[in-house]
Amino acid sequence: MTLVSESPADLVGLTRRMRRHIVQMVYNAKSGHIGGSLSSTELIAVLYSKFLRHDPQNPDWHERDRFVMSKGHCTPVQYSVLAEFGYFPVEELDTFRQKGTRLQGHSILGKPPGVDNSAGALGMGLSFGLGIRLAQRLQGLDDSRVWVLMGDGEQDEGQVWEAAMAAAHHQAEGLIAVIDRNGIQNDDFTKITMSSEPLDKKYRAFGWHVLSDLDGHDLKTVEQAYQWALDQHGGPVCLIFDTVKGKGISFMEHNPAFHGAPPSDEEFEQAMTELAE
Amino acid sequence: MTTAPALAATRDALGPTLIRLQQNGANLIVVDADLGKSTSARKFRDEFPDRFFTFGVAEQNMVSAAAGFAAMGHTVFATTFAVFIEHAFDQLRMSVAQPNLNVKIVASHGGVSVGEDGASAQSVEDFALFSSLLNFSVCVPADVVEAEAITEAAVNTPGPFYIRTARPKTPVIYTESARFELGKADMLRDGSDLTIIAVGLLVERAQRAADQLASEGIEARVLNMSTIRPLDVAALEAAARDTGAIVVAEEHLSHTGLGAMCAQALATCYPVPMEFVGLDRYGESATWSEALELMGLTPEGVADAARKVVARK
Repeated sequence: MTLVSESPADLVGLTRRMRRHIVQMVYNAKSGHIGGSLSSTELIAVLYSKFLRHDPQNPDWHERDRFVMSKGHCTPVQYSVLAEFGYFPVEELDTFRQKGTRLQGHSILGKPPGVDNSAGALGMGLSFGLGIRLAQRLQGLDDSRVWVLMGDGEQDEGQVWEAAMAAAHHQAEGLIAVIDRNGIQNDDFTKITMSSEPLDKKYRAFGWHVLSDLDGHDLKTVEQAYQWALDQHGGPVCLIFDTVKGKGISFMEHNPAFHGAPPSDEEFEQAMTELAE
Repeated sequence: MTTAPALAATRDALGPTLIRLQQNGANLIVVDADLGKSTSARKFRDEFPDRFFTFGVAEQNMVSAAAGFAAMGHTVFATTFAVFIEHAFDQLRMSVAQPNLNVKIVASHGGVSVGEDGASAQSVEDFALFSSLLNFSVCVPADVVEAEAITEAAVNTPGPFYIRTARPKTPVIYTESARFELGKADMLRDGSDLTIIAVGLLVERAQRAADQLASEGIEARVLNMSTIRPLDVAALEAAARDTGAIVVAEEHLSHTGLGAMCAQALATCYPVPMEFVGLDRYGESATWSEALELMGLTPEGVADAARKVVARK
């Protein structure tokens, strides 16, 4: 059993390919969530390459780590990494959001293989991951972990804080929350729509091990933070990464217009040119 | 099975039944939202503390966490009061129903018969909510014996399951649990003039109504429709063909309850005159039996509807 899959040799190359997939998918489908996918790219690339215990040849391996995509609108980045790791052919990415596809607009558990939760309505993933983690512990799966990726806009949901309270109460060591803090939610900047800060103090007050103000696009920083998470004991871990919505494409960066809107023909051409450099 | 007492609450079947099933090799997890004493789920904790998790007064988290346990291969019972599980409707939809996970909701204190706590505590829309969620089986036991049988059926039936139980101690009408079959109505009495379809606490009241009607020369068939979904359409159609008139009695809002679902099913196969004994308003504080009386959910209320529907034949 491969405990950690062979990682593509070049993580920078992996993230560039993932970004090209993301832009291509949303452009093809004329819909989809591009900005929050681009902000999560390094977080997911490093996780799948160096930390997540998974086996693309055996996606139902019971003892695997579970990756819970709580920000389930960002399927483009999730499908991109799954395709790059061989869960399904890269060509299938062209079917994203098309009639008959396995690559649904928002995450569906088990569809395609490698997707471990259903999502789309925000705020449920941390609870779902907590249930998985408590089951792993009951089953004696001491090496297994649950990684939950959430957005910062998602922190508005009350259920997140129900789960935060319960995870600390149940001392859910091995539950690792990763927050992609890109500062933008659907309508606007988070500080205008709903301020959720200070997130680090809030999670700490709830009883979590917290690391914050991390550069979510620096591969080494992400790697070190994930390793730190694995080294914590006695409770759940929250990693808060500062990211750039639309990262990697100049006119999308920090731009609320690219939360859920596809690029035009001209924007697509320019984006792919920038990603080719 | 031990001999059941003459009066018992359907909510009290849960804990003992889960203990027995776990002892017999089930792979259960029980999750709770701070009402385990009242739902009887806490008895399971006393026997299997490692398999019992409380999530506090936080039903949304409880339901999604239950789905996580189910994704790891467990059969998960999530328990609270019927009104409070309504708090987690979206979680039931996306975390449980859509991925078709093995989560069983047992919601006690359903209906207006919760009594004194008043309208906010009286769930009268749960049949509609859970019936609207695809993949869910929806059951309401008529007595404590059937409650035990339905709980066992939930364990033996893969996928989401909803069971509404009740707070008051009411007459036990079954002597053994083996007769329950998911998706099958149970004919408690046959008759040719009309059929009374009842569910939950209204079943025993329908039986009493049938006794009264018989003394007047009206012979009623009585069906215990303890499975609301999947609905036993065959039994419905047979009732329509054989008796030509139907009354549906339930502790639920009429316009979205079992009666409405029966009417929809019959409209496509064998429409007959129907009357509905249910609610058209929210309840209020009273003793449990007074709360039922205020809504006309009595043997007399069922009998009145029966006379009315027979007159329309």
